[in-house]
Amino acid sequence: MAEVVLAVERLSRNFGGLAAVSGVSLECRMGEVHAVIGPNGAGKSTLINMLSGDLPPTSGTVRLRGRDVTGLTADRISRLGVGRSYQKTNVFLPFTVFENARIAAQSRLASSLRFFRPATALRAVNEAAERAIAAAGLEGREGATVASLSHGEQRQVEIAMTLATDPTLLLLDEPLAGMGAEESARIVALLQRLAADHAMLLVEHDMDAVFALADTLTVMVNGVVLESGTPERIRSSQAVQDAYLGGDEAHD
Amino acid sequence: MRSDRAATVLLIVVLLALVALPAVAGKYYVQLATKILIMAVFAMSLDLLVGYAGLVSLGHAAFFGFGAYLVALAAPQYQAANFWTSLPLAVGGAALLAAAIGFFAVRTQGVYFIMVTLAFAQMVYYVFHDTKIAGGSDGIFIDVRPDTALFGWTPFDLANFVHLYFVVLAVFVAAYLVLRVVLASPFGRVVQGIRVNEHRMKSLGFPTFRYKLVAFTIAGAVAGLAGYFGAVQYGAVNPEMLGWHLSGSVLMMVILGGMGTLAGAVIGAAAFLLLELVFQGLSEHWQLLMGTTIVLVALFLPNGIAGLAWPLQRGRSG
Ligand SMILES: Nc1ncnc2c1ncn2[C@@H]1O[C@H](COP(=O)(O)OP(=O)(O)OP(=O)(O)O)[C@@H](O)[C@H]1O
Ligand SMILES: [Mg+2]
Repeated sequence: MAEVVLAVERLSRNFGGLAAVSGVSLECRMGEVHAVIGPNGAGKSTLINMLSGDLPPTSGTVRLRGRDVTGLTADRISRLGVGRSYQKTNVFLPFTVFENARIAAQSRLASSLRFFRPATALRAVNEAAERAIAAAGLEGREGATVASLSHGEQRQVEIAMTLATDPTLLLLDEPLAGMGAEESARIVALLQRLAADHAMLLVEHDMDAVFALADTLTVMVNGVVLESGTPERIRSSQAVQDAYLGGDEAHD
Repeated sequence: MRSDRAATVLLIVVLLALVALPAVAGKYYVQLATKILIMAVFAMSLDLLVGYAGLVSLGHAAFFGFGAYLVALAAPQYQAANFWTSLPLAVGGAALLAAAIGFFAVRTQGVYFIMVTLAFAQMVYYVFHDTKIAGGSDGIFIDVRPDTALFGWTPFDLANFVHLYFVVLAVFVAAYLVLRVVLASPFGRVVQGIRVNEHRMKSLGFPTFRYKLVAFTIAGAVAGLAGYFGAVQYGAVNPEMLGWHLSGSVLMMVILGGMGTLAGAVIGAAAFLLLELVFQGLSEHWQLLMGTTIVLVALFLPNGIAGLAWPLQRGRSG
């Protein structure tokens, strides 16, 4: 079997008295798409925030390729090859599309303490930025200020930035939310291509996309894992049907 | 871009006018222009923090004043300091002080950053005001201007107001060009990214503390450079050169001219000092007029005076 890139053991996070995530364990291997689904407030984003270093866990461990990274800061984790996208678009609104991707790609320099050459003269960085922009479907929009883009396009910028850091492990928090059908299909195809040589943890409410992409699913409800396994197993689980998939589709 | 070309043309015209100034204007105006150029360097250094890095410092005079004090402290009593050693000493000293203060200050955010920079600057102020190391509240007179002799040859004389003017003009142009280059560099882009969205910068892998500290140190060094020439021109140093009043004034210059454009900082410094002169001539309550002007600019010109000329250039070029 392929290498385990991400291993999470009994990870928990409390907010005051609220156990937003409690005792979650999961794994994600190279070439695998591991989808985390669950109703609003289940703790999916909190889980991703702990994996990316945005939030320190209350307890539990996170390992990247065997290395314990629990509690490391977001910048350290990012440099270990983890790229994340945000559910709520988190970009540089006053900058151009190109600059958003370019600064993301620049983060892979050993150091940005370089003072005397123009940033735009870094060839490898520019090329990585252009590749990420093309992959996210924003070709031709490089010069546009992100604030002037549509919501859907801003979501694509979010993806482009995540890709521009050339990560091994992708943590995607609802990448399709707010996208039109066309862009959505395009991003699903992109994720399908990326899956081959990345490990991917995908949080998504769009069940068609989830079942098209996922090799493994974990269902969370109220901070705990309700069920985890292959798509067939999740589809046929009575508990999951009752809690989440059942009835009139508990999307937002 | 068209407005870029217009800005360059304007810059060259202004530069030519500045070079020609001593030929057409008297001592008073040349000295006033010298003072404006010194404050423009100071304002550009603060704009690096406020306008580009998003770090609103209310203690920036500490570095200006420290650079100024180092001129006086580098000089043996009644004798001249050596220009070629005292200048790097002042700039390096201000940079070290900024690195030390920044080490604590840049860990804080928003209003806490304002408070911490103010508090540190006040500490520096009281060290010079209340101890005998540098003449206490009276400060120190600089009896003789720094000596510029190099192997027996004296390229210029800082006691000569025209010479001093050209030296300051050269320093101003150099500071402007260096800051422009730095702002367009990988480092400069990181600093601007931090202003817009520090959280995402961290998430992209940038250790933002490091970059903010370096920006704070560079800004302190450039402020020390301005302070050096401030002391040389004034012929004395005193604790007011470190005080929060000056920190406030330079912040107003940056806001008045327009944050996030180096040209704005320069325009702000000139406008502030010229308005001060005009208002002082009009009324002894000139501070009231000054305050009103600042309020009006803040209300009606959110991008400062420079915003009139380059409405959409914030943070994109000098
Ligand atoms: N910073 C915080 N402080 C306090 N409570 C929080 C915080 N972040 C999340 N929560 C709470 O933790 C719970 C889990 O939230 P989380 O955002 O992880 O859910 P989610 O599964 O991502 O939901 P959604 O599908 O709506 O995005 C919620 O009850 C939420 O209100
Ligand atoms: Mg969420």
